[in-house]
Amino acid sequence: MTLELILFIIFALICAVTSVLMITRSNPIISALFLILNFAALAGIYLLLHAQFIAVAQVIVYAGAIMVLFLFVIMLLRPEKEKLLAIAPRLKISAFVLAFIVLVQLVYMIFVSGSSGSVKANAEMSIKAGTIETIGTELFSKYILPVEAVGFLLLAAAIGALVLAKKKFE
Amino acid sequence: MIDFSEIFLILPLIVIGFGILVSLVFEMYSKQSEKILPWLSILIFTITAIFSIATISEPRDVVFHNMLSVGGNTHFFYFIFNIGAALVSLLSIDYIKKYGTYYGEYYILLQSSVLGMMLMAGAKDLLVIFLGLELMSISFYVLAGLNRKKLSANEASLKYFLLGAFATGFVVYGIALIYGSASSTSLDVITADFSPLTNNLLFIVGVLLFLIGFSFKIAAFPFHMWVPDVYQGSPTTVAGLFSTGGKAAAFSSILITLIAVFSNSAQNIFTPYLSVIATLSMLFGSIVAIAQEDIKRMLAYSSISHAGYLTIGLASGNEYGVAGIIFYLATYTFMNLGAFGIVAMIEGENESNLTISSYAGLSKRKPLLAALLALFMFSLAGIPPFAGFFGKYYIFISAIKADLTWLAVLGVISSAISVYFYIRIVVLMYFKEADSELIIHDSRTGLLALIISSILVVLLGIFPGTILQLITSFI
Repeated sequence: MTLELILFIIFALICAVTSVLMITRSNPIISALFLILNFAALAGIYLLLHAQFIAVAQVIVYAGAIMVLFLFVIMLLRPEKEKLLAIAPRLKISAFVLAFIVLVQLVYMIFVSGSSGSVKANAEMSIKAGTIETIGTELFSKYILPVEAVGFLLLAAAIGALVLAKKKFE
Repeated sequence: MIDFSEIFLILPLIVIGFGILVSLVFEMYSKQSEKILPWLSILIFTITAIFSIATISEPRDVVFHNMLSVGGNTHFFYFIFNIGAALVSLLSIDYIKKYGTYYGEYYILLQSSVLGMMLMAGAKDLLVIFLGLELMSISFYVLAGLNRKKLSANEASLKYFLLGAFATGFVVYGIALIYGSASSTSLDVITADFSPLTNNLLFIVGVLLFLIGFSFKIAAFPFHMWVPDVYQGSPTTVAGLFSTGGKAAAFSSILITLIAVFSNSAQNIFTPYLSVIATLSMLFGSIVAIAQEDIKRMLAYSSISHAGYLTIGLASGNEYGVAGIIFYLATYTFMNLGAFGIVAMIEGENESNLTISSYAGLSKRKPLLAALLALFMFSLAGIPPFAGFFGKYYIFISAIKADLTWLAVLGVISSAISVYFYIRIVVLMYFKEADSELIIHDSRTGLLALIISSILVVLLGIFPGTILQLITSFI
């Protein structure tokens, strides 16, 4: 067993276990915390697949920013006071159906259809394109204008948020 | 590596970007910012407009790794946006005081929205179009709801934001499908491969989604629900910018994305979709505008019908259509901003004097304002000596050249209907007595803006051929 395989098994186990734990907890805060752990383990799997940038983005954006937002919302809403978590059985059935459809799709994709030729041929190139160095070089040479535009977009959004949230009127 | 001579070529964008940063610093540190900022932004817009028009014959060039085009109609659009925004700033100086809220951020957001429009008009890549669209839209959402104490302004902002975000979703989905089928976001690549790509269903669906998303932004018929409420709720000057700059920017993006369609009208597979949109918008806008009592709502419905006329140019898909659209956008910007400017001057405190009946007898008390409003209304209705007539004329000619005579006929019928509600205001102003006393705040800067836009409307009406030739030479 190579180190890669051992790491994969560890990450995959964490992923599977945390996702089961996430949907079976009754306290939404604990569910959200398990989801963060799930995202972190998923980032590890991305890293094993040589997709450095996606791994980093996964940790920073999903596990970091978005989940913190989730937690804030959950804590502000204080769901423990309300009995929201008693899910209607009809909803449960449709959830199972949806999950089953996704499972069938994934099984078909992985075991039946197989990856297409062009994907295999370009595997080397796509590994190279996924590194942080390549993305950084591209962003600051070819895509420098869009990067600057994003800068102004974020500035405008920040100014807008400030104007709308400012406490003091004239 | 970046070639530094390219910096000179994108100077209009740099001036605006620099202006945003300088205005921010002024707003933070200067006690006088309330006096300085309007004039600073007017200065920035004017410099950019003059620079763009001066370098319009710059050999058309693509800079920054094929991200942005320079010269030609791109600069003509820059000119339209910046003159429009300068007029809006001039009108805003007194309007904002009357409206009750002054924020320095108002002028900063005006500048950033113009930067977004310029990115949309100059883009050579779908990424840049998307970023420009978002920059413009986000500034607009905030400008619409600037006065948080007013319920109508909050409603306008929220409605605009939700529907705008929804429309952006369509645009992004469309871009994703276009990228998937063309393997590139570069507009040059898409234009070059357009004919083979039209056999790809994914590509067609992508372009249609892109067009649907932009139909929201240009306020065309089935996607118009937000227009009347947003125009009514937002500050009048800002509503003027939504209806002119925002529409012009959206049309510029559609034109540069689908330029392959317009070089060969046989390729225009989107004609059915576009002609349906055009017909419905024209007729719906003109007919519903008749029933409006609020002048801002009336102008909103008129804006929907103008989106319809402009879409005729897209549907006909030939060079006449492109030139006609660009010319029409220029005239529409100046005449519609003029109309909104007068509404902004007549509007009293707390959104009073906004009904059409409050314009009765205006010619007695404010003869100059009444004469200017009559001029803008005649132009919007498309009555010959003014610029609006030539805009419609060129668009209808393009439809006839593309064998879409029925569309041109419907356009003429719809503008005949629209004459009713435009002229109604003129009749009220000149032949009716006022039933209530109207308090009008004088605004010298506002009057200056109105006079400038009326001069531009008249000039475009006197020399339409020269300007059309200029535009056509760049296509």
